[in-house]
Amino acid sequence: MAEPKIDLKNLKAGGFIKERGKDLFTVRLRVPGGRMSVDRLAKIARVAQKFGKGYVHLSVRQSIELININFADFDAVVAELGEEQQKVASCGARVRVPTACGGCEYNPNGLVDTQKSALEVDQKLFGTATGHHKFKVCFAGCPFDCPKSAINDVGFQGAVWPKLDVDGCIGCGLCAKSCTEGALSMGADKKPVFDAVKCIYCGDCIKVCPTGAWSAEKKGYTVRIGGKWGRRPLVGTLFATFVPEERVVDFITCVLTWYQEKAEGAGRVRLGDIIIREGWQSLLERLRSEFPQYVVQQTIAPQVIQTQLPLPGQQA
Amino acid sequence: MQTIDLRGVTCPTNFVMAKLELEDIETGTTIEFLLDDGEPAKNVPRSLKDEGHKLLGLQERDGYYVLTLEKGED
Ligand code: SF4
Ligand code: SF4
Ligand code: SF4
Repeated sequence: MAEPKIDLKNLKAGGFIKERGKDLFTVRLRVPGGRMSVDRLAKIARVAQKFGKGYVHLSVRQSIELININFADFDAVVAELGEEQQKVASCGARVRVPTACGGCEYNPNGLVDTQKSALEVDQKLFGTATGHHKFKVCFAGCPFDCPKSAINDVGFQGAVWPKLDVDGCIGCGLCAKSCTEGALSMGADKKPVFDAVKCIYCGDCIKVCPTGAWSAEKKGYTVRIGGKWGRRPLVGTLFATFVPEERVVDFITCVLTWYQEKAEGAGRVRLGDIIIREGWQSLLERLRSEFPQYVVQQTIAPQVIQTQLPLPGQQA
Repeated sequence: MQTIDLRGVTCPTNFVMAKLELEDIETGTTIEFLLDDGEPAKNVPRSLKDEGHKLLGLQERDGYYVLTLEKGED
């Protein structure tokens, strides 16, 4: 075979996507958590101008895609982006670049450092072959869930468990008024009464309390597993609560191992469909063996969203 | 006829390798590529045809595909 004129190693890492036109490719860049330095952005702009069509596309999963790149320029594009440590991203049956919202450093709603989590997962797990299908991870800083974590294979959402110091409470009632979930009411003694079942761990009570009587008992990630979008959407369901930030990589690894094992021979099947096939108990038990204190007692299978009529069981 | 084995090579590397191979041969020459079933068989023949090469045949053989092409104009 002839000596290749371009470095095929670049291609094997993924992120080069064939376009319609002759010789043309889209080059998808690796942007974990959607954050990037201005220097890097300027470099990408220069590369796009020099080799591309004069515009870039911002993908739905926070990546920048260079459009209309001639395959003969792959090496030059990779080298010039590398001057600002910008890497090309992955496609195919691999762990994809994690997405994340802005997180907690500057956003008043954020409860956990989503950016840090996204970077860590990108460094340690990006590109891991699943053997079956793509594997998407996402981090939301709080229950508002702007980045839609529940439609990822593993979706993380910041959560805080509130604790009341009764003596510090002056009975103003602000917390009960702010709790949109109805988890707080004012008791006869003018102190808030907490209904854990209704609480979604948003931390609004902690933020609003003027005396600091509410504080965080514990903090971490709510984890939903088995979501995806696409032709047959699924919403991921609750498997764990208050997973500490430093256990995130281990947690994903455990889910990934289960998926790699259980989907053996199943072809291109996403995690959620394997959970439905194998039963949620199997994954929950596997997770419980490693994360006993965080895994929920029981859950439900990923939920199908019917997007096409007639619905099953209806007459056409 | 020259046969290039692209089995075990994933998309789009297989396509690029086929392109590079075609660059080195004369217009009108026939060449054969071996491709895996699945994505490679779905994508590579169509992409090469889009680039102006003439698709002469695509046949399944023991779990893989044999693509026969005539090189088009550069
Ligand atoms: S999910 Fe929460 S922390 Fe993240 S951007 Fe939305 S409101 Fe802010
Ligand atoms: S954390 Fe949120 S839902 Fe829970 S009690 Fe506080 S305000 Fe209500
Ligand atoms: S906001 Fe704080 S001080 Fe006011 S009722 Fe709630 S706990 Fe008490």
